[in-house]
Formats: sequence, structure tokens, C-alpha cells
Amino acid sequence: MMDLAQIRGDFPVLKRLENGKPLIYLDSASTSQKPHSVILAESRFYQEQNANVRRGIYLLAYEATELYEAARRRVATFIGARSEEVVFTRGTTEALNLAAWAVGETRVSPGDRILVTEMEHHANLIPWQELARRKRAELLAIPISEEGHLDLAAFRKMLTSRTKVVAVTHVSNVLGTVNPISDIVEEAHGVGAVVVVDAAQSAPHMSLRVTELGCDALAFSGHKMLGPTGIGVLWAKSELLEAWPPFLTGGEMIREVWLDRATWADPPAKFEAGTPPIAQAIGLAAAVEYLERIGMDVVQTHGRELTTLALAGLQSRPHVEIYGPKKAEERGALVAFNLRGLHPHDVATLLDQEGICIRAGHHCAQPLHRRLGLAASCRASFHIYNTREEVEAFLEALDRVWEALR
Amino acid sequence: MSPYEEIILDHWKNPRNKGRLAAPDLVGMEVNPLCGDAVRLELKVAQGKVTDVRFDGQGCAISQAAASLLTELIQGKSLAEVQTLEEKELLSALGGVIQTRLNCALLPLRALRKALQKLS
Repeated sequence: MMDLAQIRGDFPVLKRLENGKPLIYLDSASTSQKPHSVILAESRFYQEQNANVRRGIYLLAYEATELYEAARRRVATFIGARSEEVVFTRGTTEALNLAAWAVGETRVSPGDRILVTEMEHHANLIPWQELARRKRAELLAIPISEEGHLDLAAFRKMLTSRTKVVAVTHVSNVLGTVNPISDIVEEAHGVGAVVVVDAAQSAPHMSLRVTELGCDALAFSGHKMLGPTGIGVLWAKSELLEAWPPFLTGGEMIREVWLDRATWADPPAKFEAGTPPIAQAIGLAAAVEYLERIGMDVVQTHGRELTTLALAGLQSRPHVEIYGPKKAEERGALVAFNLRGLHPHDVATLLDQEGICIRAGHHCAQPLHRRLGLAASCRASFHIYNTREEVEAFLEALDRVWEALR
Repeated sequence: MSPYEEIILDHWKNPRNKGRLAAPDLVGMEVNPLCGDAVRLELKVAQGKVTDVRFDGQGCAISQAAASLLTELIQGKSLAEVQTLEEKELLSALGGVIQTRLNCALLPLRALRKALQKLS
């Protein structure tokens, strides 16, 4: 079993005092904290191993390349994929932009249909909006139910022979809903559409097997899964990566270059123009190693336990409105809510006085908030370093906020 | 535990001059699209003075309390005084505002400046 005290000791920032009180960090869905091993892996690279990758002849460059490619192999194993299918990007946003652009170049013609959902983060919405505009294609959003589940009956009706792509989040960053990706994939593949999955909120918390999900492409970020900022992953099936044109062009992604034309390197290098985030990839590998040492099942169970506690506490307070599924088993490790009549920013500011960090705003999901009839919401999210005591402290502090502002 | 001074809580819970005027001379509206805060200020002006003022809006305690307090600060003042009202005057009248929330407190002042633009 995991030793929570020891885990907390691995995260230097948790020693910080906020207004004289211990930091209670409940915003991991925004970005997670980093364990010492990740910080060390990055700084060790700069202090002892730094060189550019895939170009130097000297030993230092050879070693840097080995470390970078070892990071790719580790990430590939983490999601049950082959390493040549793993493209390093700057983050989920860049990965989804790459996928949307490449799908557009290879599959989408005027009048074709693109499906997204009402619960998408802007990162998995705007690239598809732009694609629809560029190709004069039709963009439709799969609606959600009152409890925040996708309306799969409506989804089936939206599928036609002209539906070329379905872009869907694995876990909603606001509702917490875990979407049934393999069911969606089965239906989408039935009409020949590809499925692109935003796994930014799932990769940090559960064991992902891309072959079991069945999707065609999947994106996530390092920084939400205990890794560094500036590194993300786009996984896509080999046949897609072979067919897709490069998104960014320049150094490192070429085979041969003439003054008037060029040919491309094989994937994944074809999609990694310029010097990649080398230290960040190595840091991400350290984060994966850290998560795997604990075990993704343990990570998921811990998140669910804290979410269950938070949900129960929030549900027992009549002035609290909760968004998304009522059961923790149907959720990722986060809860969005509002205190009746209070603005989320006031709630967050008052909690901050007690050293408690939550997110308040629209969480990069404005259309979803509009659908829920809200300007904004509060969100508490958890990761492996959070404790039951912290969730209880958060709930008690919320009562003081309510007393102060009601 | 409140970092919100008593005066902010007081104006938040008991807003002054909230509502609309029948025939305002000046109207200014300001919105923060990031958080949904909105403030609308309406002024009645006679002989170069603010003779009546109302605010309407929705949003966080700081923006709404600041709007309420601002109506008190400018009520009965000359237009010259209102035009030169500075940010720091509003902030100090509010008893100081936490640095992460200055934008909220200054939203009503931006609405006022929009209303005054129509003068020039």
C-alpha cells in the first residue's frame, strides 16, 4: 500500500506555508505539483547531460538522444503503445491542434461533418472550429444530459457517412464525467470516422491502454501528471502518422532538403520540427516512473476516495450546487460546484486566506458553462499527494466562507 | 477570517443605490468576460453636479461592493471631481483590496469612465 506521508515528502512545494497555514493544493486538474525525482531529472540533464538530440556526433549528444528516446519508450509503455507512435509536443493543446490540422488535410472536405461534445475544453473545441471554418465543414456538438453524461442516442443520430472525425474528451475537466470512449469509437468507426481523444484529465489518474480504448489518436500533457510544463504527447495510429502531412516544418523533421522542396523523416520525427523539449521529455519519463511505482490503480483509487468524500460533504450542504455525475465511480478526481448566490472568485479568495487553492472561473470551457447556465464555477481537484484531512479542511473552510458572505 | 474589510461585506450585503434611473443623462457599462462580473452605472446630472446615481449588476462581492460604494463617492459631487476620481481613492475607501482581486474592485470605475466619455 502507499505511504501517503512519504509521498507528500516527495513534493517540495507542499512544505510551503500560505498565510501561515500549510498549503492545501486542490487544483491538480489545472496543473499538478512535481515530485523531487522529476525536478531532479530535469536539473540533472542540464547539469550533466545537456546536448541537442538527433544531430551531434559526440558522446554527449549521443547520450542526450538516448535519454530522449528512452523517455519516448517509457511514455509509450505507459499507454500501451509502440514508441514510433508517440509524438512529443509542447502539451495537449499543441497535440490537438496537430491532430485537427492533419485530419483536416487528409480527410475533411466541404460539407463533411465534424463532431465534438458540449463538454470540451477549449483546446479540443477551437482547433475543430477552425478546421470546420477552413474546410467549410459542418461542426456539431454531442449534447449532454442534466447529470453531465453524453447523450449517446443523440450522438448515434449525428453519425452519417459524411462524419469524418469525432473529437471527445476522456474525462471532463469540469463535470468530471468519464466518457465511454470504446463505445464511441465503435459507433464512429461504423461510419468510417476517426476518433481523437483528449486525455489531459485521464492520463494523470488512470491506466490508459490505447489499444483497449480503440481510438485513433490521443493527447495529454506532462504537467498535469506530475511532470514538467512544456511537454505533451500525441499518440496516433501508425497508418495515420504515415499519412498525415507535417504540422510544423523546419529542422529535425526532414529527410532531404533542396532549395525548392523537401522530404520528410519518418514519424514521430516528422512531427517534431525544431529542437524538442528534451529536458521536459526526460522529466515526463521520471513522472511516469513515479506514477508507475505507486501504480495507476492505486492512484485512481486514491483520487476516487477523495472525490467520494468531497462529493458527500458538498452534497450534505444544501447551499451547494454540484455539477456532473453524482457518483464518484463515474468521475475523474475533481468536483465543480457553486455556493448559492456567491461568485466563485469570492469563494476562491476566501479559501486562499486559509491556504486552500481551488480553481474558480470557466476552466476553459465557456460553452459548457453557458449550457449549465453559469458564468463560472469553483473546482476542487485531487492527486496522489492530497489527504482526507485536506478534503475535510476544505469542506470546513467552505462553511466559513458561506457564513462570511451569505 | 475575512480578507474582505467590513465595508466590503456591508456594501455586498446591503447595496446602496442599486437599480435603474427613469431617464439617466449618462450611462456606462463594463463587463469582465473572464468571470462574468458586470456593472452598469447611471447618472443624473444638473448644473455640473451628479444629482442622482444608480448601479446595477451582478458578480463577485468585491465588484458589486465597489460599485455600491462608488455611487456614494460620486453622489452630489461636481463632474470635475468625478472625472478626476482616482483608483487609489476608491481602493482606500474600500479599506484596501487584496492584490489578486484589484480588477474586480476597479470594474465599476471603468464603467464610470465609460459613462463620462460621453461628456467629452
